Amino acid sequence: MSPALPRWADLALIPALSLVLAFLVAGLVVVFIGEDPVKAVRVLIAGALGSSYGIGFTLYYATTFVFTGLAVAIAFHAGLFNIGGEGQAALGGIGATLVALSLDQTHWLIVLPVAVLGAGLFGGAWAFIPGYLQARRGSHVVITTIMFNFIASALVVYLLVNVMKVPGSMAPETRAFGEGAQLPFIHEMLGALGVPMSRTPMNLASLLALVAAFLTWVLIWRTRLGYEMRAFGHSEPAAVYAGIDPVRITVVAMVLSGAMAGLMAINVVVGFQHRLVLDYVGGAGFVGIAVALMGRSHPVGVILAAVLFGILYQGGAELAFEMPRISRDMIVVIQALVILFTGALEALVRRPVEQGFLMLRMRPR
Amino acid sequence: MDLGTILQLLGSSLRLATPLLLACLAGLYSERAGIFDIGLEGKMLASAFTAAALAAVTGSVWLGLFAGIGAALALSLLHGFASITLKGNQLISGVAINFLAAGLTALVGQTWFGMGGQTPQLGTGARFSAITLPFVETLRPVPVLGPIYATLISGNNLLVYLGLATVPLTWWVLFRTRFGLRLRAVGENPGAVDTAGVSVVRQRYAAVMICGLLTGIAGAYLSTAMSAGFVRDMTAGKGFIALAALIFAKWRPWPALWACLLFGFLEAVGIRYQSITLGAFTLPVQFMQALPYILTVVILAGFVGRAVPPRAGGRPYVKER
Repeated sequence: MSPALPRWADLALIPALSLVLAFLVAGLVVVFIGEDPVKAVRVLIAGALGSSYGIGFTLYYATTFVFTGLAVAIAFHAGLFNIGGEGQAALGGIGATLVALSLDQTHWLIVLPVAVLGAGLFGGAWAFIPGYLQARRGSHVVITTIMFNFIASALVVYLLVNVMKVPGSMAPETRAFGEGAQLPFIHEMLGALGVPMSRTPMNLASLLALVAAFLTWVLIWRTRLGYEMRAFGHSEPAAVYAGIDPVRITVVAMVLSGAMAGLMAINVVVGFQHRLVLDYVGGAGFVGIAVALMGRSHPVGVILAAVLFGILYQGGAELAFEMPRISRDMIVVIQALVILFTGALEALVRRPVEQGFLMLRMRPR
Repeated sequence: MDLGTILQLLGSSLRLATPLLLACLAGLYSERAGIFDIGLEGKMLASAFTAAALAAVTGSVWLGLFAGIGAALALSLLHGFASITLKGNQLISGVAINFLAAGLTALVGQTWFGMGGQTPQLGTGARFSAITLPFVETLRPVPVLGPIYATLISGNNLLVYLGLATVPLTWWVLFRTRFGLRLRAVGENPGAVDTAGVSVVRQRYAAVMICGLLTGIAGAYLSTAMSAGFVRDMTAGKGFIALAALIFAKWRPWPALWACLLFGFLEAVGIRYQSITLGAFTLPVQFMQALPYILTVVILAGFVGRAVPPRAGGRPYVKER
């Protein structure tokens, strides 16, 4: 936060300009591989938002990214960079699956809260160890969470191949959950209300994501714990001087962050796939980093950024179909550029904007 | 297990350890100068693709190597610009570089060769092939030492020897030259270096560019020496294992060699044996794959000696005014 800037410029103008830069560079990449960027954008938007089918998919992806984005954002507020969303989400998948497999003879109203607990508990536990090691032993959380992503990946492969797989089957996936552990789809809910919508994977977890975003806002800006986290994130020595326990804040922030990442399992595993498959996270944990940076770690910003990435994912799939040269890897490039320009290269935009505002202020009225 | 099997295992460990070693030493230069680099993976990947692509198009492995180094240097320059000039977050920059490389190599590879992100198979002139050292046949009859010389010491490609030679070179540069002293100093106390009239910015850029050079060689090794061409995501976490080795070695060159050889050995064992039975226990292959990461966490946690990173690591240097 810079005193040279009004609040709106800091929260909206700078991210918007950074984003414009990122997309300009992405456009250059499209030109470089010999396609028309304007046409690409048109196909992308039409594919993502042109039909209720596209919108449903877009919001389904966005729901996942709200969870992983909030996860990164919560840790950011406490000054921690949690790159481990990928592993925490993978473990959250195990937690949600265990709940769903054992309770799928009941009703989703029972399964949902227990699965939320299960996914949160497993994801949180996976983040607890790096958090504890940083707080107590001084091992940097960035490195440990990277290591834990790889360990989680190996662990989940082991569990799926050796323990949770259907006996006799070759595919490394669990059995399908019964009806009782399947969240209702949004098209079913809207259909019951008489609103027609194409069949899409979008499910009840999208509403859960909105609740999660609201609760995150309450936590960060309306509770004592959130205040302590922000104070700790701004200045560790000052926070410690004010009597805030650094070990407690680090561990709590990491556990909450990991739990939030784990919750993406509710959307993907319990909400849509209805079984646990290998690598169900598929990079969504890393998308969370871009989403949190772009959304300035504010829940509203995270939701907007998540929808943008939802558009990119769904529109990108259509794009790969219409213009085969622009494969889905383009999304990874855009993700990288967004992280680069809104994160590491932010000063590229911030410095000129700050100078512009200073000049405006110095001008006599 | 006979001598032949052991030697094969050690030989493959050495060849698997080489890219780790080059990337690990690359990270060592950068991090000793106070610039954290979690983008080793991305730089290796970019170099692996560029090297294989150029070698495939021109048929010359050397042009491939230089192009690979060029690609890694470009990403290093980006990292330096973000973290030194703009004083941005080094970790975020590293993350972005990893994704940038992953996306661009697949995208450009598909456009260029249309083979699903792969490059064409490289012929003999477009690869680094094994070098047979002199006297192999003369010494082969000597028991034990003969086979060791023939299969372990001789018969590797040029970059393996280059990687091994980089270890003493790095030790000498860092601990016996003025450049090295200054490089370590900007990583510990940049203010003091600045006071002494040495440019922190220039010193850190130099370190970051050396890092690019070495990750470039590491990447080219993957696609033009270890295998014959590039495949998608062929680094497969090697950059992070190198990072793990760097921490394991506590940011010192000789221990970095042992750490990389250990991790290379683990990988070689994991490739050769699907699962290992130790008495009543059976270690699954996934455990072997995760072992480098687990060991690193244990080291980081300080249970086996403490790993203390360079003091000014990760923090941009802001000159006092």
